[in-house]
Parts: sequence; structure tokens; C-alpha cells
Amino acid sequence: MPKMSKSWGPLHPQAQPETEKLAKTGLPRERQLELYRFMKLNRMTEDRLGNLYRQGKVVGGLYSSRGQEATSVGSAYALDPQDVIGPLIRNLGSMLVRGVKPREVMMQYMARSDSPTGGKDGNTHFGDLSRGIVAPISMLGAVIPVMAGVALAGRMLKKDLVALTYIGDGGTSTGDFHEGLNLAAVLNVPFVLIAEHNGWAYSTPTSRQMRIKNIATRAAAYGIPGETVDGNDVLAVYEATRRAVERARAGGGPTLIEAKTFRMKGHAEHDDAGYVPKEHFEEWKKKDPLDRFERYLLGHGLATEEELRGIVAEIDEELNREVDSALASPMPPPERAFEGVYEEGPERMTG
Amino acid sequence: MSQVTYLEAIRQALWQEMERDERVFMLGQDIGTYGGAFRVTAGMLERFGSERIIDTPISESAMVGCAVGAAMMGLLPVVEMQFIDFISCAFNQIINFAAPSRYRWGQKVPLVIRGPAGGGVRGSAYHSQNPESYFQHTPGLKILAPGTVSDAFGLLKSAIRDPNPVLYFEHKFLYRRLKDDLPEGEALVPIGKARLAREGRDLSVITYGAMLHTALEAAGRLEADGIDLEVLDLRTLKPLDQDAILASVRKTSRALILTEEQTTGSVAGEVAARISEHAFAWLDGPVARLCCPDTPVPYSPTLEDAYLPNVDKLVAKVRELASF
Repeated sequence: MPKMSKSWGPLHPQAQPETEKLAKTGLPRERQLELYRFMKLNRMTEDRLGNLYRQGKVVGGLYSSRGQEATSVGSAYALDPQDVIGPLIRNLGSMLVRGVKPREVMMQYMARSDSPTGGKDGNTHFGDLSRGIVAPISMLGAVIPVMAGVALAGRMLKKDLVALTYIGDGGTSTGDFHEGLNLAAVLNVPFVLIAEHNGWAYSTPTSRQMRIKNIATRAAAYGIPGETVDGNDVLAVYEATRRAVERARAGGGPTLIEAKTFRMKGHAEHDDAGYVPKEHFEEWKKKDPLDRFERYLLGHGLATEEELRGIVAEIDEELNREVDSALASPMPPPERAFEGVYEEGPERMTG
Repeated sequence: MSQVTYLEAIRQALWQEMERDERVFMLGQDIGTYGGAFRVTAGMLERFGSERIIDTPISESAMVGCAVGAAMMGLLPVVEMQFIDFISCAFNQIINFAAPSRYRWGQKVPLVIRGPAGGGVRGSAYHSQNPESYFQHTPGLKILAPGTVSDAFGLLKSAIRDPNPVLYFEHKFLYRRLKDDLPEGEALVPIGKARLAREGRDLSVITYGAMLHTALEAAGRLEADGIDLEVLDLRTLKPLDQDAILASVRKTSRALILTEEQTTGSVAGEVAARISEHAFAWLDGPVARLCCPDTPVPYSPTLEDAYLPNVDKLVAKVRELASF
């Protein structure tokens, strides 16, 4: 019997699986189980990161995407290998779909020498174009024009790629959201923007960001399709993204997809989100994307409890190894601080 | 050899790089059909097509952001700022996306942002600026400011071939006033190398851009006084050619930095600091600066003339320093 993580418990004994309705999908059973696996990996990796944080091993802040896993995973899963994503801080799931290993993120958070940035940056702030990932920056909205440029380059280089990135409800208030989406629309580049509408930008509710109810409404201003989907239904997110990706690849230009979801934790680990009314958490807990997908898979006979337990056990084993491997990496050598500012330039910067 | 303007040298450099490497393309406002506000891209849309000469909305941040993304994908974008003053609208993309990318996650961003800088054309507060010091502070950027026809040509070609984000500030006062032979062949000018524009014994004037010509004119006038000026044209502001600066100052023992920036927090201040740190023992007087006052650029000719350095002001400053 494999070792179980503490985060894993019994599968909702009180739930009525057959009542769970998610969006219609043409995805075969195996691929739906893969979606499940990525969502579970997303959540369980973040649980492990939470443990490392409480052990004092995380150097900076820790950011959780709990409750939003369906949006990250469903959207990234709709892409093809040649496509490029620009994930944000709550898109660990998207990065896992693109092949990022949990230990890479763990080492990033712990600022270790073997992290993808060698300790120079933290959290999900890393990228790797060989896996089609552009690193985010903290200034929200900035990645939108950058990904429009990725899409433009893809077209110029005839790579048949689609660029996809994310923005939160708060980030739609930035100038770059407007400039970037407008430029992408005018140039008609293959670009998909997923707006994760999770209700809160740090402590600021959406009502203080905009007077409209649906971010998708904004698409009309750019003359592009806009669609609102249930962001906690992984199949709905997948199907909507897939439609947008196919349209983009066929030359139909950008799409704005609004995924309605909820941030089940604070802005970062230090933030208890006391400003969010308790009943919101209770309401959205019932809509938990993983619970819903489990009920759906079980209720529709797509998986047995035993199968799902097996997936969880496998992930747990994998994460044991990933944590050990991440912890084994030392802190970076101090002299690395001065290196690598320029490509083919002065190697060491001393001022 | 044919004489061309400084502006035509820039146009020729862009044209030749576009011909040489199909990864080079341009983004900007009114650069296509109109050929650019100063005609720098005249004829390019017809030659290279709308996929490589891209007219954009009035969105400087998106222009630069788009260029950053394309550069990451292996293209070589050149962004035109219609006036360099508008580069402030793209500040975040330059400072936070392009510049630290190589250091943060190993991703190079080979892009060029170019546009007309500088005063003397009665352009007022938003069409006359010298924004170099905002960027001088940022690791990861290179900054160029050519003052001659051959440097305008050769430095721009080098900028396009450089694998880092490069800001190329062309001086609009020189656009059609300055004429010289267009160098033959590649005539690449290395980034990071200053040029000794005039050899002299008595005092080093360290400058760049349009002020280079102010310095050379002043040098001619000061010959009559028996003051032999050395004029060092920095050409590259980042990385500074510290060796060339120190070599000149150690020879003449007097240093005056002449630039068109507002004084406080200027590139001139950085040059002065390096001289103080590394050549103090050679100095026969304080390191002097002749820059602009700490005001926005004024419009009226009498006001702008009072604002900008000129030959008279420089000659007076040199005499003061020479008699120290």
C-alpha cells in the first residue's frame, strides 16, 4: 500500500455523483482522467508547498491557486505542443500541463541553486521557451502585449502556433490589458486571453475594478469574440479554450474567455482573506472544481473510486520524490548574483 | 562616396539590415504608408511589405511589449518611437520585461527601440526630451547616442545585431543639418567604445549627440586663447567606455562633461562619479558639468536658448575650469 498524504481524505461520501453535470466534451475517458491528474497534481503540489512554507523553507511569499485549478489546467490542456503560454502567479496548473516538474517550482520558492532561475527569481517567475512558457512579471497586464508579440512572431515564422495568457479581474484595469488586447485584435494574431474572474484582486472586490458584471463584455470593444464560462468546470474551460485556439489557428484572431471562479485562499499565504465574507467561501467550497470533477467522473462511470485513489497515490509518491530532490539542492553561490545580465556581454557586473 | 544626412544614414542602416536579415522587422506609428513622421522609414512598406513594416495603434507600451515577445521568439524587432519622449509610455515594458529577462530566466531579448531625441528645434516639453538617464540606471539595457553620420549608420547596425535590448537615441537637431560621407560596406561601430573626436592637451570635454558639435566648435574658438581641448564622443552611454574616459582625463587632468540632460541624476553625473573614483589623483580641478537646468524643456526660442548648453556657455565654463 503506497504512503498517503495527509491532504488526501475520503471521496465525498455525502455527494450524489450522478447529479453533477459538467460541459459536454468529446475528450475520451483517458484524457479526462489526465485532466483530473493535472488538477490533482496542481492542488497537491501546492499543499506540499504550504508544508514547506510552514517549515520556514520558502524564502518569500507563497501564492495559491486553490479553487482555480480547473481554469489553469483546462485552458493549458487545450493547447498543442508548439503553442506558447504566459502563465501568471496562480497558473501553476498551466505550467504543470506544459511539463514543468513540481520540484522546479519547489526549488523556485525555496530559492535553491538548481531552480530554473538558479535562485535569481522565485515562485512561478520562470519560463522556458523550449516548453512554450514565457516567464511572468509582477506588473499585471504586461504579459498581454508580450504574448501578442509571441503570436505575431509565430505567424511571421510560420510556426502555426497560438499564444495564450491570463489576466485576473484586477488586471483588466491596467493599460496593458487594453493596449495589448487591442493590438492583438488589430493585427489579428492567433491569441487567446483567459480572464480569471475570481472576485478579488488582493482585498479589492471586482465591483471596485469595473461596473460591468462580465469581463467578456469587454471583447466587444475590440471586435473579438468574448465568452463567459464556468471556471470551476474543467471541461467547460477546456472546450471554450479549444474553440478559441482552433479559431485562432485558422486565422480567426484573438478571443477573450472569462472564467468565473473563486480564490479560496488569500492573495498570498500571509493573508487570511478576512475581508472576504465567510459565506462566499462556503458557497464556493460546494463548487470546488476537483470535487465536482470527481463526482462527475464517478457519476458518469468514467472512473471508479479505486482508479482515482490510485492516481492520488501515484501523485503522492511522485511528490515525495520531488520534495526530496528539491530539498537536496543547495543555496546558490553568492557570486552568481553578479552574473548573466547581458547576452554575450560583460559576464560579471560590479557597478 | 556620396554625402548623406544623419537621417539618411539611419534610414540606410535600417534598410540594409532589413535586406540582410529577414528576421528584422519594424513596429511604429505612421511608419508604413506615411513613411514615418521624419520619413526615416520612407519607401520601406513598398519594399518589405506590411508584415515587416507594421503600423500600430497609439500604444507605446503594446508596441514594445509586442516587440519583446517577438524578440523572445527569435525575431529582431526595431520599434520606432515617433518622438523619444513617448518612450515613457513604454517604461514598464522596457524596465521590467525586456531589461531583466536575461538575468531572471536566461531569456535574451534582442530588440532595438529608436527615435528622435533632443532639443533645439522648438519642440517644447514633449518633443525635445533626453530620456537617457531614466534608463541608464537599469541593468540589462544598452544605450546609444550617435553624434556623427558614420556612427548613426554603424551603431544602428550594431544595435540590430546585438542580442540585448538596445535603446538608440538619434538626435533630431542633427537629422538634416549634419551631412557626411556614408561609410562603405558594413562599417559596424562597436557598442561600448567612445571615440576621440579631437585630441588636445589641456582639458577633456566628454559629450555625445548634438553637443559633440558644440564642443568641437568651442574647441576651435578656444584655440585662440591657447586652450587645447580634447573632445571625447561617448557614443555609447551604457555600458560607458570608462577606460576611454579615464585615459583622456589622466592625460589632460581637467574634465568637463557636456550633455543635453537636466543636471540632476544625469548620465553626466555618472561620468563625473567615475572620474572622481578612478582618476582623482590626476585631477587639477573639480570635475565640471555643463548640462541643462532642472526644468522641463521650454518652448519659446529665448527660453529654450537659455535652457540648452551652447558654445558661449561652454567657452565660459572651460575658461573657468582652465584657470582653476
